[in-house]
Amino acid sequence: MKETAISIRELTKRFGDFTAVDRISFDVYKGEIFGFLGANGAGKTTAMRMLCGLSFPTSGSGTVAGFDVMREGEMIKRHIGYMSQRFSLYDDLTVMENIRLFAGIYNLTPYRTRRRAVELLSRLNFLGERHTLVGALPLGWKQKLAFSIATLHSPEIVFLDEPTGGVDPITRRQFWELIYEEANRGTTVFVTTHYMDEAEYCARVSIMVDGEVRALDTPAALKRQFATDSMDGVFRTIARGAKRAE
Amino acid sequence: MDVIEINRLSKRYGQVRALDEVSLSVGRGELFGLIGPDGAGKTTLFRLLTTLISPDSGAATVEGLDIVHGYRRIRELVGYMPGRFSLYPDLTVEENLNFFAALFGTHVQDAYDLVAPIYRQIEPFKNRRAGKLSGGMKQKLALSCALIHRPSVLFLDEPTTGVDAVSRSEFWDMLAGLKAKDITMLVSTPYMDEAQRCDRIALCNEGRILGIDTPAGIVSRFDSRLYAVSAGNMFTLLQATRTFEGVDACYPFGSTHHIVAGGNFDAAALDGHLKADGLQDVRIAPCMPTIEDVFIKLMQR
Repeated sequence: MKETAISIRELTKRFGDFTAVDRISFDVYKGEIFGFLGANGAGKTTAMRMLCGLSFPTSGSGTVAGFDVMREGEMIKRHIGYMSQRFSLYDDLTVMENIRLFAGIYNLTPYRTRRRAVELLSRLNFLGERHTLVGALPLGWKQKLAFSIATLHSPEIVFLDEPTGGVDPITRRQFWELIYEEANRGTTVFVTTHYMDEAEYCARVSIMVDGEVRALDTPAALKRQFATDSMDGVFRTIARGAKRAE
Repeated sequence: MDVIEINRLSKRYGQVRALDEVSLSVGRGELFGLIGPDGAGKTTLFRLLTTLISPDSGAATVEGLDIVHGYRRIRELVGYMPGRFSLYPDLTVEENLNFFAALFGTHVQDAYDLVAPIYRQIEPFKNRRAGKLSGGMKQKLALSCALIHRPSVLFLDEPTTGVDAVSRSEFWDMLAGLKAKDITMLVSTPYMDEAQRCDRIALCNEGRILGIDTPAGIVSRFDSRLYAVSAGNMFTLLQATRTFEGVDACYPFGSTHHIVAGGNFDAAALDGHLKADGLQDVRIAPCMPTIEDVFIKLMQR
């Protein structure tokens, strides 16, 4: 049996009488690139917050990186990486200062910080930019750097919330190559996106509608199931039935 | 004279050339798309054309009025939906609409026929505060408010960014409805697949225009042979293909990788090479370029 990085059962979150996430269950395997799609307002953000240990589920059970989602939120936070399009790095700090800041937050030793910094920056061909202010970097570089910093503490799972929004088509692809490489090293990648071609880059994809997971399979199997030649077609068929508008 | 005429317009912010000698024109009733990533200069161009900032050099007119000297009149004639939600979150849906009508010295009833197809979808929530609306509903309210003074030109800055694929497609349907009413529209988007919904598009990157044409015209500019390749392990495939002779470029493209073929590219030889490398289920076939392929190619020049 494959080793799981995330395993959740009937996970539910209610706000008053509103059920934002309604009994979702799935496993994400170790080293897998898992696409987490859904219509606006389907409950993706709420579900992701629970998986990242930022919000406790109302009911259900599960583990993320081996820790209990119901009780061990703090432990989960230490064993995952997180990057979103909205917030990634501090513009008024240099590349190296950002690395040191996040290394400090994750309690890395100075020796390990230096080693990881050189490793990540040389992988990105960024060593020459280590004293550049992040605010002066082009957006695409920032996003690649943000991804690397999200994996600074070698987390078992990295959560990416729309990491490529607004990024040019070449950088978007370079970004996905970084994701592939990271997954090849054994890191589990959990990613949301509005670009349907990116859904094709995932090993498996889940699609949420109205708080529920309505479909979950490999892109090829989903396309067969919904008799369409693209993930865009799959998404449209499933999301058109949405009753909730966020 | 075209509705929008832009001649070598430039704008700098400190050292950054946000817009670098951009020229284009948009005809009456045209739905014109600015396609490009963040930092392409799309928002700067909108802010110039809506007279919110002044250019460093170059000139532009909207409805024949100069954007620097004719700004008062331009503001009465154009509608603008900025990229960031800019309505009053603590006013209700209905209050926002009335407020914008009042600003332009008009009444909601006077433009109701124009606004109705869009506004009717959010009318059931007219007493809800705008800040409490969903993304899709905010977008519809913002569009309604931008139309309330019956503008002849509409500027829409990334109206579909961060919106799911279904809502995006519904929004473009609404724009098609407005086009039928002869409203001239300049729309920006980072989503290449939305280019197909425009009459003409400009591909923009880093303050410059890479090309202007109809979507079909842009695609026909792709002057290399293009192949789609797939195999069991797509990541290994990418690296193995890139280093093969005659491959000018290879990049992920949905469920396949696209190969831009050089003069000496031999598909059968690549097939043999990949199989010898141990790749399973190798498939190589010629394919049609898309706007995104053209964009990637123009960016590399």
